[in-house]
Amino acid sequence: MSAARLLLVPLDAAPELTVTEWRIALERLLRDDDGRVVTLFGTPNDERITITAVVEQGGSELRALRTVVERDVGYHALTPEFPALHCFERELHEQHGVRIAGHPWLKPVRFEVTGSKGRDAYPFYEIEGKEVHEVAVGPIHAGVIEPGSFRFMCLGERVHHLEIHLGYQHRGVEKLLLARDPRSLAPLVETIAGDTSIAHTWAYAAAIEALAGMAVPHEIDAARGAMLELERIAMHLAGLAGLAADVGFLQGASSYGRLRTTAINTSMRLCGSRFGRGAIRPGGSGTTLGAGPDLAEATNGAFTSTDLLRNLKLLSDDVAIIDDRFSSARTVQHRLRGVGAVPSALAREIGLVGLAARASGVPCDLRTRAGGVYEHHPIEACVEPDGDCWARARIRIAEIRRSLAWLSSVADAHPRWEAARPRIGALAPRQLVVAMTEGWRGEVVHALETDGGGGLARYKVQDPSFRNWLGLALAVRENEISDFPICNKSFDLSYCGSDL
Amino acid sequence: MTALLALHVVVLLALPTFVVGAINRTKALWSGRRGQPLAQLAFDVVRLLRKRAVYSRGTTPVFRLTPWLGLATALAAGLLVPVLGSTAPISFPFDFVAFAYVWGLGRVALILGALDTGSAFEGMGASREATFAALLEPAFFLVAGAMCLLTNKRSFSAVLELRPTGAIDGAAWVASVVALFIVVQVESARMPVDDPTTHLELTMVHEVMVLDHSGPDLAALQAGAAIKLTVGLSLVAALVNPVVGHATPLATAAVNVMLTLALAIAVGTVESLVARLAMRAVPRYVVAGVVAGGIALLATTFGAGGTG
Repeated sequence: MSAARLLLVPLDAAPELTVTEWRIALERLLRDDDGRVVTLFGTPNDERITITAVVEQGGSELRALRTVVERDVGYHALTPEFPALHCFERELHEQHGVRIAGHPWLKPVRFEVTGSKGRDAYPFYEIEGKEVHEVAVGPIHAGVIEPGSFRFMCLGERVHHLEIHLGYQHRGVEKLLLARDPRSLAPLVETIAGDTSIAHTWAYAAAIEALAGMAVPHEIDAARGAMLELERIAMHLAGLAGLAADVGFLQGASSYGRLRTTAINTSMRLCGSRFGRGAIRPGGSGTTLGAGPDLAEATNGAFTSTDLLRNLKLLSDDVAIIDDRFSSARTVQHRLRGVGAVPSALAREIGLVGLAARASGVPCDLRTRAGGVYEHHPIEACVEPDGDCWARARIRIAEIRRSLAWLSSVADAHPRWEAARPRIGALAPRQLVVAMTEGWRGEVVHALETDGGGGLARYKVQDPSFRNWLGLALAVRENEISDFPICNKSFDLSYCGSDL
Repeated sequence: MTALLALHVVVLLALPTFVVGAINRTKALWSGRRGQPLAQLAFDVVRLLRKRAVYSRGTTPVFRLTPWLGLATALAAGLLVPVLGSTAPISFPFDFVAFAYVWGLGRVALILGALDTGSAFEGMGASREATFAALLEPAFFLVAGAMCLLTNKRSFSAVLELRPTGAIDGAAWVASVVALFIVVQVESARMPVDDPTTHLELTMVHEVMVLDHSGPDLAALQAGAAIKLTVGLSLVAALVNPVVGHATPLATAAVNVMLTLALAIAVGTVESLVARLAMRAVPRYVVAGVVAGGIALLATTFGAGGTG
């Protein structure tokens, strides 16, 4: 069993349901069998669109349900019944023009069809009243952050509703991925969301390996898991530094920021890139630990497991000190507690994933039910019940500690990693493969379909941000507008990962 | 006397740079950095003065005038306060009322300049500033009233010579120091009320109102804010200065400048160790200043009852 969660379905053997059968099956899985939709996407085929829904049932088994609809006939929206599907159906409508009757809010996801003109003329929600005012923030923000437009409808200082408008980073990633040899897409996949390179590339590599029928050695699996945790630690430290800066807690801002450098420099010593570029390749790995042949010279001597363990020790010692300062500062708690709360029921209803879901008491962490390296070195999910900004900060603190401990045990068990770039054979034709990894924000899903010749017919990329943006919009309701920045930072979602 | 007057003006113009420098250096040391030069503010002002201001087509002459009005009021208020501890260049009965409203005029100018841009951010900042200022005004006057009653004097320089001799005026003195410190924190937009270093427009109070200014106008605003902060801190310093009335004016001045810088370090330390208050909690903090002022006045009343 792979360390990435996998589903491989031969398309010719998969039943193609009628729209009614598909609906009924989906409704039953979601309502009665405690299922949740992992992804839902369309594959165009002239005027007909194949819709694939991937459902995780009972927290373990993955199933794909497929149907074909006429573009103009479409089907009746599932969103009113299952709000978590709103983003998938909006995307389906936008990407393929599928008619989705009865959808409450077919707002374009990234305006990829209508272009920027439609984006600028888009009618936002409006409310009227004497004390009502609107505040538009973005799409260009202060500081070096990605573009995204936020429109607040406020009553005085209180936010009544926030409408988030994205798509400014749309680069046509899914189309670009179809333009090249599917086995050499790793450099492109690494840039889908630059702060989640490892998680995306691992999902891509696992999918290609499944299609090529390859199995990767334990060592490489362990190295990938280790790089993923390093990415998680670095980004959680960056998130905590940002939260501390946003509430004006100077010590947290400077110390967490400094410690992140240790984490990303460790990545650099392992794979040559601070952001994990080149660390993962289909079937292989670009990471070296111990007396490696090439990297050793480039980085002034080999980086051994002793060095790695020393860095981890340094991180855990210093993180413990600043965690204590941050957690015990009453002014920090005062700013974060009870702010931007997403109750557990709401989190489930809108299908939050990853960190944001776990902070709302939903225990979803793919690592707890994956095989491979996680079988030998299990990791527990960190869950907080309250769903507020404090909970999302606490989750980060807890996960950094757990990841550091996990990394140490893996580095102990696998003290030598070697880079490997094996040749990859032809990909199996007419297959659907879904690969998922637990990135630091949440589950990263890559779904690939091969055509009759083993080329790619569809590449669906899904960053956790895509599902979690609505969580942010709902979290700030009835909060003060001056607390929006900390709500935003506590979710820390990706614009480019969502805009693709 | 003329020499002292000249010294007052020199200190009023030069000290703000080092007060801001001391705060920033303190914060840098607390966060493990070396920090910017102590005279960075002066470098910034010179740099900005050499630049050209950019004006949006939507603004009116109000927008161009207000930064300079702000600077002028900050300087004028500085002449009413015994920045050097003992005497102020301009002193007349109830001059603290004039002082409060010269500061108030500066704030009105800033608010008008912000509203003139028509930006939603600046409007929010202006609304917050106006709210906090309205809550704060009683604190200053309660303290001023208490000190007038206790010292039986009427001008700023004279009432600041108030020093505790017994339990009751001791309580009034402590409450006055606390209230004045809060007044200065709020007036000069420091933590925990406002975060002068934040980049988040939605959380700003003072900073957001100067977002659209540039070049010399921004220099005027920054200099004005620093002067206001320095004058405020020197006011608190004069109230706690132990040598007022016991030493030569020059020695008093030296001690007062040192105390002002020490207060700047205290401000920097507060900013390093606490997070900023939530916007909804700021009014409560401001009201704490009013309560402290009220305690000062009450103590005075009880004191008068006891001795009379």
